Amino acid sequence: MPMSYFIGLSVVMFAMGILGVLLRRNPLVVFMSLELMFNSANLLFVAFSAYHQVLDGQLFVFFVMTTAAAEVAVGLALIVAIFKAKRTIDLDQMSSLKG
Amino acid sequence: MNFGIHPLLLVTFFPLVGVLVILFLKTQQKKAIRWTALATSLVTFGISLWVLAQFQPGTAGMQLELRVPWLRLDGLAIDFYLGVDGLSILMVLLTALLTPIAILSTWSAVEDRVKGFMVFFLLLEVGMTGVFLALDLVLFYVFWEFTLIPMYFLIGIWGGERRIYAAVKFFLFTMAGSLLMLLAILVIGFQTGTFAWSDLLEKRELFAAAQTWLFLAFGLAFAIKVPMFPLHTWLPDAHVEAPTAGSVILAGVLLKMGAYGFLRFNLPLFPDATVRFAPYMAILAIIGILYGAAVSLAQKDMKKLVAYSSVSHLGFVVLGTFALTTQSVSGSVLQMVNHGLSTGALFLIVGMLYERRHTREMSAFGGVWKVLPIMGALMLVVTLSSMGLPGLNGFVGEFTILLGTFGSKVLGSPWFAGVATLGVILAAVYLLVMFEKVFLGPVKVEANLALKDLNVREIITLVPLLILIFWIGLYPQPFFNLINPSVENLVSMVSSALLAAH
Amino acid sequence: MSLNEIASLHPFFQLAPLVVFLPVLGLLINLLVGKRLGEKGIGAVASLATGGAFAVAVLLAVGLAQVSEGGTLTLANWINLGDLDVNWSFRIDTLSVLMMLVVSGVGTLIHIYSIGYMHSDVRHNEDPGRFRRFFVYLNLFIAFMMVLVSSDNFLMLFVGWEGVGLCSYLLIGFWFEKGADGIGNARAAKKAFVVNRIGDFGLLIALFLLFYNFGTLNFTEIFAQAPAVAAAAPGAIMAITLFMLLGVTGKSAQLPLYVWLPDAMAGPTPVSALIHAATMVTAGVYLVARSQALYFEVPAAQNAVMWVGALTALFAATIAVGQYDIKKVLAYSTISQLGFMVAAVGMGATVAGMFHLTTHAFFKALLFLGAGSVILGVEHGHAHAHAGEHGHDSFDPQDMREMGGLRKRMPLTFIVYLIGALALAGIAPLAGFFSKDEILAAANEKSIGVYVLLTAAAFLTAFYMGRQLLMVFFGKPRSGASEKAAESPLLVTLPLVILALLSVFGGALNLPGSHLLETWLEHSLAETAPGQFVLTVALISIGIALLGLLLAWLVYGRKPIFEKGQPDPLRRPLNGLFKALENKWWVDEFYHTVIVRPYQSIAKFSAGAVDQGVIDGVVNGMGSLVQSGAKAWRRYQNGYVRSYALTIVFGVVLVITYLVLR
Repeated sequence: MPMSYFIGLSVVMFAMGILGVLLRRNPLVVFMSLELMFNSANLLFVAFSAYHQVLDGQLFVFFVMTTAAAEVAVGLALIVAIFKAKRTIDLDQMSSLKG
Repeated sequence: MNFGIHPLLLVTFFPLVGVLVILFLKTQQKKAIRWTALATSLVTFGISLWVLAQFQPGTAGMQLELRVPWLRLDGLAIDFYLGVDGLSILMVLLTALLTPIAILSTWSAVEDRVKGFMVFFLLLEVGMTGVFLALDLVLFYVFWEFTLIPMYFLIGIWGGERRIYAAVKFFLFTMAGSLLMLLAILVIGFQTGTFAWSDLLEKRELFAAAQTWLFLAFGLAFAIKVPMFPLHTWLPDAHVEAPTAGSVILAGVLLKMGAYGFLRFNLPLFPDATVRFAPYMAILAIIGILYGAAVSLAQKDMKKLVAYSSVSHLGFVVLGTFALTTQSVSGSVLQMVNHGLSTGALFLIVGMLYERRHTREMSAFGGVWKVLPIMGALMLVVTLSSMGLPGLNGFVGEFTILLGTFGSKVLGSPWFAGVATLGVILAAVYLLVMFEKVFLGPVKVEANLALKDLNVREIITLVPLLILIFWIGLYPQPFFNLINPSVENLVSMVSSALLAAH
Repeated sequence: MSLNEIASLHPFFQLAPLVVFLPVLGLLINLLVGKRLGEKGIGAVASLATGGAFAVAVLLAVGLAQVSEGGTLTLANWINLGDLDVNWSFRIDTLSVLMMLVVSGVGTLIHIYSIGYMHSDVRHNEDPGRFRRFFVYLNLFIAFMMVLVSSDNFLMLFVGWEGVGLCSYLLIGFWFEKGADGIGNARAAKKAFVVNRIGDFGLLIALFLLFYNFGTLNFTEIFAQAPAVAAAAPGAIMAITLFMLLGVTGKSAQLPLYVWLPDAMAGPTPVSALIHAATMVTAGVYLVARSQALYFEVPAAQNAVMWVGALTALFAATIAVGQYDIKKVLAYSTISQLGFMVAAVGMGATVAGMFHLTTHAFFKALLFLGAGSVILGVEHGHAHAHAGEHGHDSFDPQDMREMGGLRKRMPLTFIVYLIGALALAGIAPLAGFFSKDEILAAANEKSIGVYVLLTAAAFLTAFYMGRQLLMVFFGKPRSGASEKAAESPLLVTLPLVILALLSVFGGALNLPGSHLLETWLEHSLAETAPGQFVLTVALISIGIALLGLLLAWLVYGRKPIFEKGQPDPLRRPLNGLFKALENKWWVDEFYHTVIVRPYQSIAKFSAGAVDQGVIDGVVNGMGSLVQSGAKAWRRYQNGYVRSYALTIVFGVVLVITYLVLR
């Protein structure tokens, strides 16, 4: 398959991710959108790694996945904590870090 | 005698042992915490005496050098480099002496969060000693900034009413100056490939072209710390709000870091710029002397008065430094010690009064000598030492500074010393006014009649200072013998630049 | 010279440091164990310490009689920095030993007197615990004074110079809770110290100049080089001597810095006698005498010294005429007499100056101690007249208007006071006549203007002493206190009698013809002009003294003197002039307006408008600038995660656009 397919898919995934983060109010969906962006990047990594026949890209995918997992763990914990405190997880309700 | 550890390393970091012990004590064990802190600082003082015993008084160069590679930054070597010479040995001793005294003064003054207080205090000692011993610019900078943090908390947590304002002001002022210094340090490092003081002395031609700016960048950091007019306004606020022990250390040691910085870095590293800027620095110093004295007179708060008197006294130190004669520079180094002793003692006594009456307004006192004869007598000696009465320490410093300045070739005119000598008159005015307002006259306020005279602990905190006040006043030669070789070396180094300039 | 070397000159010479260490020992004993000794013990220790110093001084004098050139004894190195090399070293020569003798001799008598005087003074002032402190201060003073006169270099002299100033400060403010508004004494003490510091400023500058022109501060070396340096740099010597003169005017209370001495009378009377009459204030005279070699090189500076002295002599004498406080009269008289001495040393008549210094120490100490005895007597009388009354009243035991008729109540005091007054007035053959006459004779030769000034001062001296005698001892008692006054105890009167004898026979020291003092001093002084005895001068001087006394009697003695509260009989004929005298020519007020008040306003202005306003204003202004800037920016921190994310996206787009379009 030509590289452009992978790149195209990755761009579409990334754009969906951005739109998801910007438009949705539910943090769980925002998280999923974030994952989508990560995975679009991962896809490119793997694709180019195969294309150039080097392992660096695949190595990075593992890093990204680990980071993403850690980030989700922290993020979900935060959401739970916020829900306990505020009884809501609507992102538009949360602005206590306002300057 | 050798404990297997380099003496300078030991004297710098020994307080950390105390910190470690205190961390394992419970917050409620105030007594144990205090005793640990005191014992640690006393042992540190003992170690500093051991350093003194190993110090060779006759030699000008660095002694007891310790140099190990520390970091490599893009091929740039940063060393862990300590050493002591005539300029720093007395400063180290002063730090080690004042710390236990300051700790002892907190015995009943600090009841709140003793653990944190003592930890910060011992950390502060590490930083201060490090500043005086560090010979690598980066290491120096690390210690220099490190002193800020404990002091910031000492003022900000245990201070008076406007402590936050004072602490932030103190922090920002010093920080503003030292950031420029950091920039200058980096410039020097990149141009020469080293940060070590002794290497830089040899390679100073490499950054000679940028001398002016480097001098100003270093100078600003030091001038703020000293503090020189007109960068002094953080000092009165910091002093007024700081707890007594903090004031003692602030006036006794921290301010000296600025004056020491001039001597250690500005003079030898940028000799041409030093010679060029000397008259301006001297003029600022003289303004500081007279201005500080005048402003002191108008104060109502004792601590503020003493704080402004520091501006005046340190003006003499800076003046002597930039007069660049053997007498004036040696006098400056000794005067740093003198100021630490007499102003430290002044702050201690003001603190003792504050503990008794919870005010420092002079109008709340008057005639106290009648009620507190011992305190009155000690205060008198300290006041006289501060105003430079011959036979006490202040005079030896001031006289040698003024004498040296009078014939300074760099300044080129006796007018500098002549005008500065007026400060001697003004010092008598504000100090005697304070003594009169607080200790003389009739007892006007009822509450003062019930005051208790000094207890044994308070007398013990003052006695070491008094002994040194008399010792330096009557027989300063041992101290000069320590200082003088390094100073002569320094002066000849800078004057060779002066010769080259003409 | 080391201890061994000096001992080989004369064994007594090695004792020299004891003149300082004995008083120090005395003060240490009193400081440490004085509480247990009791008043008698404290007094005995202090007096023995000073007496011991006197004995040492006598031994030194004996040694000098045999080895007249004396020597120096180096005790320790003090400051040694580069070219600056100063020692703690003692100079034993005839001049310094003369001063030692005067200081410790008069000092010992005053110590003994003080045991009796302070016994009642501490009780009158209701703080017996302070008895010990007084003697500690006195011994400290003797020690510093000895440092001053025995020093071998200018810096050690300066130690003594400021040290005695400190003791003066402590003793003026001895009753620091007393005086006008309770703070008067403390203020007087501060004034003395600060004014003296102004003088010390001059001396310090002179020291710097000396060091840079001579390369040393040592007496011997400086005086030896003086002619050479004067030839090379006459301006420098001129500056040195004039700055030194500033120091002299401070310490020896000359124009324009004399203002502290009258206020210094706030100290207990023995202090006024010892410090502010007999010894400390003569330090300036000693300094000029010691530095004679420098002054001889610049006649203009000599003239300056001479004129300052002569003007002060007359100026202070005029003020003395208008004073009512028994001690203030003596204070202005002291200033005036110091003027005589300063004028004398300025003229180069150093021996005459030192001679007058010595005799003046005798009779002025006598007068002050006599005044102290009078004050004690009046206080005693006051206590008796108002026995049973409580609370403080405005009674002033030093006001001569409240005295009168004390001749009968205190006969012994009267006799010795009379002797002192006549000696001061210059009646032959008392001590004051000879010494003053020598000065007048020298002035007559040097400058007729100075001679006229000094003679006028001598006339006024006789007049105001006559006035004082008549107001205090003659007429009728003008208050209950003086009616009931009682003679003082033996401990007080005994030193008075000794001093009276010295005042009578002190002239023998340098009688015309024998010139004992002159032959003594010629070993220390570079040049001693032989003192002359001019008959006309002597006759004029006696005539004028008698005239002054006669005039005083005409004004104050002929009619039984006025009642308490009645204006001074001089007020009507002199009118405005007398008011000026009463108010001391308003010099204090003048200084206050021209120096003190402006400095205070400068201080206030600097502390307020400049420091808090401008400098701190800039600092805090920068702080608020940052704060208001931050306030504007914080609107962008709305707290919504999504708006932050949007910003990030915009940022990324911008960066990518830049990278693509580049």
